[in-house]
Amino acid sequence: MKFDVVIGLEVHAQVNTKTKIFCGCSTEFGADANTQTCPVCLGLPGVLPVLNEKVLEKSVLAGLAMNCDINRYSKFDRKNYFYPDLPKAYQISQFDKPICIGGYIRVGNGENEKKIRLNRIHMEEDAGKSIHSDDPAVAKSFVDFNRTGVPLMEIVSEPDMSSASEVYEYLTNLKQTLKYINVSDCNMEEGSLRCDVNISLKPEGSEKLGDKVEIKNMNSFKAVKAAIEYEISRQTEMLEDGEKIVQETRLWNPDKNRTYSMRSKEEAHDYRYFPDPDLPPVICSEEYISNLRNSLPELPEAKKNRFTAEYGLSDYDAGVLTSVRQLAGYFEEVIKLGINPKKCSNWITSELLGKIEDAEKIDSFSVRPASLAKLLKLIDDDTISGKIAKTVFAEMIETSQEADDIVEKKGLRQVTDTAEIEKIIDDIIAANPQPAEDFKNGNDKAIGFLVGQAMKLSQGKANPQIVNRIITDKLR
Amino acid sequence: MAIDRKTIERTAELANLHLTENEKIEYEKQLNDILNYVEKIREVDTSAVKATDYIEEIKNVFREDVILESINRDEIEKIAPEFRNGHITVPKIIE
Ligand SMILES: [Zn+2]
Repeated sequence: MKFDVVIGLEVHAQVNTKTKIFCGCSTEFGADANTQTCPVCLGLPGVLPVLNEKVLEKSVLAGLAMNCDINRYSKFDRKNYFYPDLPKAYQISQFDKPICIGGYIRVGNGENEKKIRLNRIHMEEDAGKSIHSDDPAVAKSFVDFNRTGVPLMEIVSEPDMSSASEVYEYLTNLKQTLKYINVSDCNMEEGSLRCDVNISLKPEGSEKLGDKVEIKNMNSFKAVKAAIEYEISRQTEMLEDGEKIVQETRLWNPDKNRTYSMRSKEEAHDYRYFPDPDLPPVICSEEYISNLRNSLPELPEAKKNRFTAEYGLSDYDAGVLTSVRQLAGYFEEVIKLGINPKKCSNWITSELLGKIEDAEKIDSFSVRPASLAKLLKLIDDDTISGKIAKTVFAEMIETSQEADDIVEKKGLRQVTDTAEIEKIIDDIIAANPQPAEDFKNGNDKAIGFLVGQAMKLSQGKANPQIVNRIITDKLR
Repeated sequence: MAIDRKTIERTAELANLHLTENEKIEYEKQLNDILNYVEKIREVDTSAVKATDYIEEIKNVFREDVILESINRDEIEKIAPEFRNGHITVPKIIE
């Protein structure tokens, strides 16, 4: 029997503001436990939370970038439950009037393009973090409230995805967009991006949705993919054996590569949402929304399309260059200086990217766009060969010198003086009579060896085209 | 609307209250009295009244994204029932 897979995601992205959503405590990652708290985020009696205007702004930007409708009237609600990392015993979230509704993220391309619909994006506060003692004699949990009140946007998709790879692409595009518009750092290791997966299987073509399983605790996109693949095969096997899927929450275990049941005592949740009387409603004016819309930068998808159309780059290369906003910016600064886009793209993808750890930090890379442009010009006007250019580039990274200075100082200028090259070739032919004879007698392959020898003798500085031409002239 | 024993128990559970039998009986009666009293409001015709999320007319109250000093950790230690190594300490949460 074949099954259809139905997957929806809830992504929590930390909004990258300096302070928490309702108080002035810092959101800086890595501080000592409980050093970034105040009466508001500790939920002490008598305090008044006040919304951080940047959280609203960035949430609206995210909604606009993901094609959502912005709710002109939006409000905050209390979601009530007990947990030690939730000091007020309620989380301030948004229930029936979230800031953004609808929207979509595109995955696939060409005929396989698909819009993954969004249900909503809402603003909420994060809870604290607890560590549990492994020692049964201690039997304690330790709570750190630094994260309490850190701003989150929860991005909820419709159950429109049907495979692990589709989810991976959705997440990649989502993260790219959030980073492009600078609303979240999306760092899964630091917990600034978290993803819960809802997954169910149903007989192929069936209308009725199967019981859904929620998977949590994945700390990378790869883990999300692996967890979904595992869950699809687990549920398929169970259904084939006539077993029933239990609706439950399962946790991903990255060491064992499997999911396991959370086995928490199943309390029927009743969050009893109601409007938070401490927080007045948020009204977004048309002007506010259009100003934010106008401030959006070019988004990854549009940029990629433009790079292929305007610069004639392949879909793949355009995808690599636009995957990170800073990288795309660097590329465009180089070509603005008159460098051929394809040559520049080749250099960046095959040489430069291998030399840097993080393309997002290219703005602090020692070789600035103007310097790379100068280097590429030296290749273009035959001052140096592409091979020598790699050496020069390595030196530029090391010493921050300009390409032409390095070429002059080290005498790397390509030899284009035919008389000088002729002398070298005469020596090569004399030293290698057999290959020379072979080439003369019509073995075209033999020239490769002779050119190689000539290049070696010139220490890579002879212009290979000229070497080629002179050998051919001499022997044929 | 009448409050029965089941509703009392469910409400207590959600509020994390542990009620004795006598308390359950007492609160069932009290809550029913309160609800009966409030029932009177149903006599008002509200068919033309829009649902209200807030009773005050204020909107859009924001603060700037500026860091303010957090409190000293010792202050938390003073009010926490138990405090160890910078953490508020609670009975182990079973997961
Ligand atoms: Zn605070």
